[in-house]
Amino acid sequence: MVVRELSDADADRIFHALADATRRDIFARVAREGLSVSALAQHYPMSFAAVQKHVAVLHRAGLVHKERRGREQVVHAEPATLRRAIDLLEAYERIWHRRVEAIDRLLDED
Amino acid sequence: MPVVKSYRDAEALRLTVVAEFAAPVERVWRVWEDPRLLERWWGPPGWPATFERHEFVVGGRCAYYMTGPEGQRSHGWWRITAIEPPHRLEFDDGFADEEGRPLDSDRPIHGVVTLEPLAGGTRMTMVSTFADAEYMERVIAMGMEEGISQALGQIDDLLA
Repeated sequence: MVVRELSDADADRIFHALADATRRDIFARVAREGLSVSALAQHYPMSFAAVQKHVAVLHRAGLVHKERRGREQVVHAEPATLRRAIDLLEAYERIWHRRVEAIDRLLDED
Repeated sequence: MPVVKSYRDAEALRLTVVAEFAAPVERVWRVWEDPRLLERWWGPPGWPATFERHEFVVGGRCAYYMTGPEGQRSHGWWRITAIEPPHRLEFDDGFADEEGRPLDSDRPIHGVVTLEPLAGGTRMTMVSTFADAEYMERVIAMGMEEGISQALGQIDDLLA
């Protein structure tokens, strides 16, 4: 089962990484195209080093990988990792669908 | 099919489920307000819930346990953070120890329930926001365990 393949520690890293608005934005940008850290840094009112730290958090969570291109590192998204987070939410969604069906049966009774 | 739609926001770790019921708002509110009704649907199938405490006021505490297929118990708690009968309920939902005390390390799910009247019924919107992935895994694992034991039961029936 897909849900079981994600350890608690992995899941915590993914959700911690995505809990921050800047990191979500970085992830969304590099999901469209690979970008260097300096290209990313132009989009945020913070230092290059701060952006680099955000990228490092995403990297530890397995949400991005880096590719060396000349003197630069290009950041690419790893959509499969986000996919696993979505699988978790899907599993919780199934629990709620069953709850809703149980409420519906209960309301039908009288 | 009472579920109208659901949205998953994986980035925010948030799930929204919208359902419509052919019953007035006051009756749908009762399934949250009345612990005897609540315990008939809150636990995932195979994990019926028993509410031992149910203080349905702002700041109120609820304590419940769910009994699993092998008789194992999983304890949980709610803390009501906002309540506007019969339209809105907000609460935190977490795991508890056997005495019903919230676990220290716990970071609960925040639930926001909204009930709106519709022609001939009620729309219920449930927004669940997880603070902690580990808790989410535990909640899900509980539902999964039930699914597996149900599937095994069906195989037994086929073999009988």
